[in-house]
Amino acid sequence: MGMTMTQKILAAHAGLKSVVAGQLISAKLDIVLGNDITTPVAVNEFNKGGFTEVFDKDRVAIVLDHFVPNKDIKAAEQSKTCREFACANCISHFYDVGKMGIEHALLPEQGVVTAGDCIIGADSHTCTYGALGAFSTGVGSTDMAAGMATGTAWFKVPSAIKFNLTGKLNKNCSGKDVILTIIGMIGVDGALYKSMEFVGEGVKALSMDDRLCICNMAIEAGAKNGIFPVDDVTLNYLKGRSEREPVIFEADSDAEYEKVIDIDLSKIVPTVACPHLPENTHPAKELSHIKIDQVVIGSCTNGRMEDMEAAYEILKGKTVADGVRCIIIPATMQIYRECVEKGYITAFIDAGAVVSTPTCGPCLGGYMGILAKGERCIATTNRNFVGRMGHTESEVYLASPHTAAASAITGFIKEAE
Amino acid sequence: MNTKGKVFKYPDNVDTDVIIPARYLNTPDANELALHCMEDIDTEFVKKVEAGDIMVAGWNFGCGSSREHAPLVIKTCKTGCVIAKSFARIFYRNAINIGLPILECEEAAEEINANDKVEVDFDTGIITNITTGKTYKAQPFPPFIQNIIAKGGLLASLKES
Repeated sequence: MGMTMTQKILAAHAGLKSVVAGQLISAKLDIVLGNDITTPVAVNEFNKGGFTEVFDKDRVAIVLDHFVPNKDIKAAEQSKTCREFACANCISHFYDVGKMGIEHALLPEQGVVTAGDCIIGADSHTCTYGALGAFSTGVGSTDMAAGMATGTAWFKVPSAIKFNLTGKLNKNCSGKDVILTIIGMIGVDGALYKSMEFVGEGVKALSMDDRLCICNMAIEAGAKNGIFPVDDVTLNYLKGRSEREPVIFEADSDAEYEKVIDIDLSKIVPTVACPHLPENTHPAKELSHIKIDQVVIGSCTNGRMEDMEAAYEILKGKTVADGVRCIIIPATMQIYRECVEKGYITAFIDAGAVVSTPTCGPCLGGYMGILAKGERCIATTNRNFVGRMGHTESEVYLASPHTAAASAITGFIKEAE
Repeated sequence: MNTKGKVFKYPDNVDTDVIIPARYLNTPDANELALHCMEDIDTEFVKKVEAGDIMVAGWNFGCGSSREHAPLVIKTCKTGCVIAKSFARIFYRNAINIGLPILECEEAAEEINANDKVEVDFDTGIITNITTGKTYKAQPFPPFIQNIIAKGGLLASLKES
């Protein structure tokens, strides 16, 4: 029986000729990732386990991104723990303030992760790197500690759902609308424990930023990973960027899938997930009565250059509606710099928005845009659970940068024109 | 190994943001974090929970973030076990890795009510509702997971090998 693309990567990293869904394997890891919230817990476990050094100083990545620049004294202590551990272990991929970015935008951008890799990260959105043709999944801090110590992790080989993409996205639609539409179709546990494999002739028209966004939210359907095949878009993106030689895996033609779902990209419309689950999706144009207090454009889901471009094209020369706070957060220092050079930041400020250095801040209700009781935010982030961005009686609506920027101008949820 | 206690009942899709809100994640201290366990959907939980008590929930328990702080605060509150119709995969993995017993059992999760008295035998997967007298059979952990839990978590099991 043939293997899916995910199964092929896992088999290769387990040193096996083939694997089947449900099989328990131990796989070699190419990269082990942690951030300023999950790494301190992992360091504690690592020390408790009696380990004194990481398996490979070049294969561990530690990114300070959730609460930096430090939001308070306790957050500063957590950053310090990460910094000291990175220093003691000579971690080459340690990213502190000034060099950091939101981890899932940063690692692909810096070429730390590449096609064919097997990656774990102590952050649920680690599934983002499937866009590059890698197997990549979120784990907890103890798995991170074990991964840092041994360079291996155990996995249960997942089955898969195949998404056969056809057609081409319309203007003002992006990868965000695709993944929100899919989550709306299959539900927040629709791909529980499974791979989401995106294939078909529609793939070639999706940019790398679209693919990264789509894989990023695979976890919001409960998936173990999301993955795209490697094509010219991938290879062009990796060229001159990837630290290691990309390895191309392809699904077997007789690979078995639990389900095949056809998605016509030309039928996708600007989509919004209403509180309090990402599956609660509606076309943006049906929500024009929803008044908003805040807009957030950024995060590991939508803080990349194309997202900034989309926001710029809509906000330039316009004004954010009275009574609306618009917060824009480029996801990495490189994106931030490019926004400065291209004049985007001036345009954002002139429109009445604020622009922050990279941080996960508001997405998880940490800081930099917390909501009061009864307030509503439209955000390009990934979760709209109860209390996610602040008060338990506040509301988060998930949308694309196009929809979020258009909504900032009117003060109501609005589809971009 | 077993646990016995009263039941706290929760719905489908209980996410890690309500188990332990991110606004408190500026510390890794489990005892401090545990004061806020379930706070955003049940402010009474930390006041009422006693050692051995059991959480019973619907589908996809623990969805959302990978924060290991979520199973850790449930365990630190001395909760004996979580029974759900299904678990989100990262939460499932984390619970095993830190030694919080969890069981998937759709029928038990459907029928057991809040404040019922329940006993769970982890070796056999037998769940007994002492209040109603009904028993349920959940799948016990496979041997490699039993080994991780018996050794006191993933790192301890690695240390030994």
